[in-house]
Amino acid sequence: MASKAQKRPLALQIVLIATLVIWMIAAAFPFFWTLWGSFKVEADFFSLTNWTNSLTGERTIAETGDAFTGQGYYGAWVQEEFWRAAWNSTLVCLFVVSVSLTLGTLGGYALARSTYRYAFWFLLIALIFRALPPITLVSGYLPVFFDLNIWGYLPTAIIVLVAINQPFTLWMLHSFFKNIPSELDESAMVDGCTRFQAFRHVIIPVMWPGVITTGLFSFLLAYNDFAVTAMILDKQNQTMVPKIASFLGTTQTKGNVMFAVAAVVSTTAPLFLLIMFFQRQIVSGLTAGAVKG
Amino acid sequence: MKHTAFFWFTLPSAAAMLLFIFFPTVSIIVQSFHVAHEQVIIEVENCGPFGCTTATAIDQEATAELREAEPLGQFAGLDVYKDRNHLAVNEFAQLWADRESLGGFVSDLMNLPFYKALGFTLTYTFIVTPLTIVFGFIIAVAVNSAARTLRGPLIFFTLLPNIVTPLIGGLILFWMVDARGVIGTALRWLADDPGLSVKADTGLMWSMLMVYGVWSSAPFAFIVYYAGLQTVSQDTLEAARIDGATRWQQIRHVVIPHLLPLTTFIALIQLMDNFRVFEPIISFNAQAHATSLSWAIFNDLGGETQQLSSAAATSVLTVIGVAILLSPVLVRTYRSYGKA
Repeated sequence: MASKAQKRPLALQIVLIATLVIWMIAAAFPFFWTLWGSFKVEADFFSLTNWTNSLTGERTIAETGDAFTGQGYYGAWVQEEFWRAAWNSTLVCLFVVSVSLTLGTLGGYALARSTYRYAFWFLLIALIFRALPPITLVSGYLPVFFDLNIWGYLPTAIIVLVAINQPFTLWMLHSFFKNIPSELDESAMVDGCTRFQAFRHVIIPVMWPGVITTGLFSFLLAYNDFAVTAMILDKQNQTMVPKIASFLGTTQTKGNVMFAVAAVVSTTAPLFLLIMFFQRQIVSGLTAGAVKG
Repeated sequence: MKHTAFFWFTLPSAAAMLLFIFFPTVSIIVQSFHVAHEQVIIEVENCGPFGCTTATAIDQEATAELREAEPLGQFAGLDVYKDRNHLAVNEFAQLWADRESLGGFVSDLMNLPFYKALGFTLTYTFIVTPLTIVFGFIIAVAVNSAARTLRGPLIFFTLLPNIVTPLIGGLILFWMVDARGVIGTALRWLADDPGLSVKADTGLMWSMLMVYGVWSSAPFAFIVYYAGLQTVSQDTLEAARIDGATRWQQIRHVVIPHLLPLTTFIALIQLMDNFRVFEPIISFNAQAHATSLSWAIFNDLGGETQQLSSAAATSVLTVIGVAILLSPVLVRTYRSYGKA
């Protein structure tokens, strides 16, 4: 592709490479630094005397006898019961993804196939809902949830996250279903299928690429949420992100900020793997709205 | 698609949004016009061997009854909006009357909680959004020029700051920027000031929050621009070259016009997302220097006494802000989709 006429001058090439190197450091270095530091003691991770301590682990050797220590991980996972939060997060993500995809595929399919004007209004209202910051809704939830005595439980958080997720899921699946030719299900209906049978037997088998991409983003929303889960889950049922925030309040005074560091690394690891395996889908999802306008 | 089929297909989704997005929105509006009932105070006479004394006590029963009868609380009209924690009408008028200079007025205004939050939220939104677009574009051009085999890993690492949980991304940066962290040490060395600390300096705190903002959203702008660059018409570029366009002219007249619609898209999404800035303030423990509207709501709801009415009023004001930001988009969507 790069023909001779297109060859870049040396100076431009250098500028481009320098930009890349600087950006790569900015994007990746903080994560590796924190990963490395999570195996140290606090006096090394935060060192006022000499920053190289966090590399060599001088205080870590003095305190534990080895340059690496699992103290932070032990403290977070066992002592502070981070495993409970991890299990709660797993449940929340699993149910949020499956329920929002079920509702979203049905709704998105109908929106893509309807030619009436109300389908457009439906999408426009969904767009308005997408713009509302979730935290503004929380003060509307709390009195009702207290009243019905459903505050603090995982199913409540799951339903709320599914609802907050719907506008985005609908938009994404709507534009995906638009790309599946409508002749496909229409011919099935000519052959005597009902609308639902056509959806069940013709559309479901071909919809998986779009569903997987949308599912990834539902997962990220549920996994990354802080504002909603912190407000409507009680301490026992906390998911990972609010749990980390609660470490900051309690453990900083106890001098155990390393628990939070270990928990942060533990929470980032699954995301790392997720991007690694689903990079293509994430990229296509992020650009979905843009390229189609 | 027939009306009935459409109805049944969209029912579950519509019901979820109606119950958990639409009704709560109505509910916060109603709530923001009410305040919690005050406790009913009664005078109790305590008579002992040394005479009688009167004391005031809370009549628990009457209070509970009152709350039962009007669960929303007392109707307060616009009082919550006008109080010191929100629009602070009286304080605003007072400050305006006493102003000596415009700058002094603005800095006094920033002592009022709502204006402090609004000030940071708007500054953050309107500084981070353009910077995100510029950096995203630069990174996209750089990655696009790299060898094909390198692009996969480059995209992988670029995506990290955007995909990672905002609270966690904020914490990771904050720990490094801490006076005892590696960037904090570097900053102190660069500024040659051993007392320099981000935690103690409002200006530094604001800039670090914005650095976080750009760091975490530039990858989104990048990926959109990168996808756009893949679809630049090679024929048009070649034609431009044959006509003698320089490299810069090719970018200026072929590439940038092609990417322009994408810029509107990125700007929209970013305005929406930056306006709700919240997690980094928690991560950076920044509330002494910078608060945002979302943070103010969170702060009212948490804590020992939940101030639901106050939170509801801030929520309504936030929604109005979002509506103002979003109105050009809605009009545009209405025009482009509505006619089709």
